[in-house]
Amino acid sequence: MSSYRFRLFVTGETGRSHQAADNLRELCETRVAGLYELEVIDVLDHPERAEEDKIIATPTVIRLVPLPLKRVIGDLSDLELAAMAFDLPDNRGAPDAEVGRP
Amino acid sequence: MIAGSTTPRRLPTGIAGLDQIMLGGLPAERPTVLSGTAGSGKTVFALQFLAEGIRQFNEPGVFVTFEESTVDLRQGGASLGFDIQGWEDEGQWVFVDASPVPTEDDTVVGSYDFGALVARIEHAAKRTGAKRVCLDSLGAVYDRFRDPSVVRLELFKVASALKAMGVTSLLTVERPEEFGPISRLGVEEFVADNVLVLRNVLEREKRRRTIEVLKFRGQPHRSGEWLFTIVDKEGIVVIPISLMALRPHASSERVTTGNAVLDSMCSGGFYRDSVVVVSGPTGSGKTLMTSEFVAAGAASGERCVLLSFEESLEQLLRNAASWGIDLGALERAGKLKIICEYPEVASLEDHFVSMKEVIEEFSPQRVAIDNLSALERISTGRGIRDFIIGLASFLKQREVTSLITSTTTTLLGGPSVTESHISTLADGIILLRYVEYRSEVRRGVVVLKMRGAAHDKQILEFTIDDHGLHIGEPFRGLSGILGLTRSLTAELDLGSDSSSL
Repeated sequence: MSSYRFRLFVTGETGRSHQAADNLRELCETRVAGLYELEVIDVLDHPERAEEDKIIATPTVIRLVPLPLKRVIGDLSDLELAAMAFDLPDNRGAPDAEVGRP
Repeated sequence: MIAGSTTPRRLPTGIAGLDQIMLGGLPAERPTVLSGTAGSGKTVFALQFLAEGIRQFNEPGVFVTFEESTVDLRQGGASLGFDIQGWEDEGQWVFVDASPVPTEDDTVVGSYDFGALVARIEHAAKRTGAKRVCLDSLGAVYDRFRDPSVVRLELFKVASALKAMGVTSLLTVERPEEFGPISRLGVEEFVADNVLVLRNVLEREKRRRTIEVLKFRGQPHRSGEWLFTIVDKEGIVVIPISLMALRPHASSERVTTGNAVLDSMCSGGFYRDSVVVVSGPTGSGKTLMTSEFVAAGAASGERCVLLSFEESLEQLLRNAASWGIDLGALERAGKLKIICEYPEVASLEDHFVSMKEVIEEFSPQRVAIDNLSALERISTGRGIRDFIIGLASFLKQREVTSLITSTTTTLLGGPSVTESHISTLADGIILLRYVEYRSEVRRGVVVLKMRGAAHDKQILEFTIDDHGLHIGEPFRGLSGILGLTRSLTAELDLGSDSSSL
């Protein structure tokens, strides 16, 4: 069971789509490596999934776990801001920072 | 925007009266912006655009909502008589729910586009084979995504995608005030080819809803504001119904006015499809003339409707009986339908719609309306004008012979407001006047105008007794009887060019 689950919606194989996926992966690898799952949905292939989650803009990331759900719209070009929006721990360059956290 | 080399086809909306003012309908396979203030009827309009598509043209539709929940929209539709749920089950109507998710905040980090929205609309349109798409309302999108320039660009792409899909679309936008910019943030610019404006103006303590075609890709349409009303179980009804169907009267058949002398004054009676106005001060004999008009119609086997906005049914029957006319018997025989209403019970637009319904249902050959001036009380100047134009064209279109009364404000004559409005549309005008003659007040009648016919222009004296109205000899050696009517006659002559509206 992963501590973090993300669902990323993108539209087609565009630079922006790749940018968003790369940024999200980098964010997870640096902060919650091994603790996350990531699902990427292309709305051109699965418009019904966009319908279910009421997605308008792409890229959109939904943080499914932990609750509450959080949505972040955009290609996450500002990693710091994205980390804050998803409430991800900051353990870069301080491997022991995890100690004391649940 | 690339100028189209061909004239775009029109897609009839099916909304009553609207396609006539748009000269056929919305530009087909194009987006049209529908702008209006809060409460101006944008969502009703959008719902009805899809509903009429399904009901009348078998054209499925997609409704994209950015604001209201689908639950609320289904409910709103039900109150207008639209079974949205049923159409959804049949696959004729699909919602794309883009309303905000209440429990979640949208945070924006980096750049984005509306690719998902376009994908969802395309998916829904493909699934249903949609011909019509509504987006309601774009203002809500601006509220959610803070950067107006990004939103504008993205909405431009959405509009382009709608064009590419070949659907006829309606995009609603809010405007902050009735007579300012079309929309708050210049949303209309990207589809500025076609813009409709809804207004809901408070004027002299009366609400007045209007629709205006602001622009249409440089294509022809009727200009100006047109009154509309929102009717339960029916939706939007635009008032001057099929103005262009108004043709110069075609019937050469004559029907009796209900008075033999008046018939001969009009050289044989009224034309079958004419609208005739009787104008006179209070108590001069207008109601009597309408009673004789419908009684004569019923006697010759015609179906008649008498709409009274002045008197109660009992009063009306009693008065008619005192002139020897049994309206009650005619009604029981199914020849006559009498409707008595106080003007104040409804708005002018609603009166119009219910009068139209009665006439469509009973399909009379004759209609008498007593009295237009009573309706003036509940209206503003512009409102009564549109009402009269709409009513007259509706009556003529159905080839109904109609007699409409109007009260002059002064006892000895002068034009009334309604008179000057209807003068251009009326085929005939009959004036009833009090005349001071040898120290006595007498009554006079003159046929001031009778389109397409030679008529007697003398002012004849008439009397009223328990057998009705009796027209006698002309007044001799008297002038100025018509009082202020010189200005009215002048108006009648000038009036002919405004009938080309």
